[in-house]
Amino acid sequence: MKTLSRIYIILILLFLFAPIIVMMLFSFNSTRSTAVFSGFSLKWYRELFRDEKAAEALLNTLKLAVLSSVIATVLGTLAAVGLSRLKRRWVRNTVQSVTNIPMMNPDIVTAVSMLMFFVFVGSALGIASRSFATVLIAHITFNLPYVILSVMPKIRQMDKHLLEAAADLGCTPIETFFRVELPAILPGVLSGLLMAFTLSIDDFIITQFTKGEGFYTLPTYIYSMTKKKVTPDMYALSTLIFLVILTLLILSNLLQARMEARRDPRKIAARNAKKKKKLKEN
Amino acid sequence: MTEQKVAPPPRVRPSRRPAIVRAVTVAPHGLWCLLFILAPLVFVVYYTFTDPSGAFTMANIKEVFSSAYLTVLKRSVLLALESTAICLLLAYPLALSIARMKPRNQSLVILLLMLPMWINLLIRTYSLKLLLETNGPLNGFLSRLGIGPIGFLNSEFAIVLGMVYNYLPYMILPIYSVIAKIDPRLKEAAADLGCNGFQTVFRVVLPLSVSGIVSGITMVFVPSISTFFISKSLSDGRIRLIGDVIEQRISLHNVAAYEIGSALSFILMILIIVSMLITNRFGDNDGGVVV
Repeated sequence: MKTLSRIYIILILLFLFAPIIVMMLFSFNSTRSTAVFSGFSLKWYRELFRDEKAAEALLNTLKLAVLSSVIATVLGTLAAVGLSRLKRRWVRNTVQSVTNIPMMNPDIVTAVSMLMFFVFVGSALGIASRSFATVLIAHITFNLPYVILSVMPKIRQMDKHLLEAAADLGCTPIETFFRVELPAILPGVLSGLLMAFTLSIDDFIITQFTKGEGFYTLPTYIYSMTKKKVTPDMYALSTLIFLVILTLLILSNLLQARMEARRDPRKIAARNAKKKKKLKEN
Repeated sequence: MTEQKVAPPPRVRPSRRPAIVRAVTVAPHGLWCLLFILAPLVFVVYYTFTDPSGAFTMANIKEVFSSAYLTVLKRSVLLALESTAICLLLAYPLALSIARMKPRNQSLVILLLMLPMWINLLIRTYSLKLLLETNGPLNGFLSRLGIGPIGFLNSEFAIVLGMVYNYLPYMILPIYSVIAKIDPRLKEAAADLGCNGFQTVFRVVLPLSVSGIVSGITMVFVPSISTFFISKSLSDGRIRLIGDVIEQRISLHNVAAYEIGSALSFILMILIIVSMLITNRFGDNDGGVVV
């Protein structure tokens, strides 16, 4: 039974990884063939680095991800802070339900609805209905629920008396927010920011519908490549993206492990014991 | 806490100017939601029920339920149901197997399962297509065994396979996280009361993991029924799903196309709301696990 379940796990992992590994392998192929591996070469990577449109798409993707995640984090954190202080529960619930709509709805419906809105507003005001601004607005919108979802629990965990103490000690509400509340909820804010950043980089459908002609992010650029006859430089691009993601994941895992180790009560106890010992010796 | 009884804490003093705080914090977000979440949905409804002159009409809805679109609609529902069912059948035993491993190995397997989720859907789907092509690596391997070449692509099977390949982790993770939390003493108790392994799974573990199953089903069904890249890529645009039709209509960028696109999106939204209402009836709805 145990071997059987182990074989099953390995088979599923093989199913999930085989296509990706094959694609990575063929990105190093010296010919265009996808059936026979005829020799190792970096030809397709060289081709990719010569592709100015790919570089531009990468730049657009990063610009969009940074801007949309930062704006969504500021808006969402403020909203979460404000919502937690609302007395009327139904207002809070309504706002949160509305915020969650883009998370529950299929991306294509969100994309269509945004486009319809931009088309209407664009024709009413006589401005372009699809531009960098519309993509940015769309990205901020689908990022918001994730920011609020990761900030809210931290606010709930925070000791409310800290806020009173700060006010009693003469902090203005703004000072209270920056010196007491923000440091307490910072982990939630940061993980919301990170989540928003990755979602923005990964988004395809909503960008595809709200972007103007000639503007590309990496996913939409890959899409435009798959429409034409595909050359292995797309495999090279995908491989590079995969390796970057893998590195970032490993780094963040290591970082998290280190932070958890530092917070490990046994280690803290050991460290305190050492300090005490030193004090006694002195 | 063995401190002496202290005076009761002072009454919570509300912020001096709550109205201003609310205006600065909640208002921008509320306005944003109103403008960019609710208003766009209103426009979907508007374009669904109006003709180019702006007059009310049911023509768009009627057209969507006419023959050509209806076939696509039925096919989308069917393929999404198939892929959800296959994902559930594959994922449940897998989640059980993972939950039985050593904790260290568990987190490694979970990490490996999450890794493909970080790769863009387009890349994943495209690599699957590359693997399955008639002159691709899999057929190359099979021909050496004397089998083949098998035309995997351009079939409904390929599309379902693509959905399962892309969304399987979304089924595994919520189910696993619920199963991992089940008190092991319950399983021991079941064994003590004479349950064999299968009975323990079916009578103890399964009923306790319904919330995980429900959120897994939602997380696979919703993207499956609304996908367009998977079907487009794995069938070279020959087998169309509701998402393909929406994308194709919308990318024409004219008012009539927007109306059909909106009507289809409207129907899709209704379909999903209905399916969520159905699944929520079965779950106790605390399974809002992993997003």
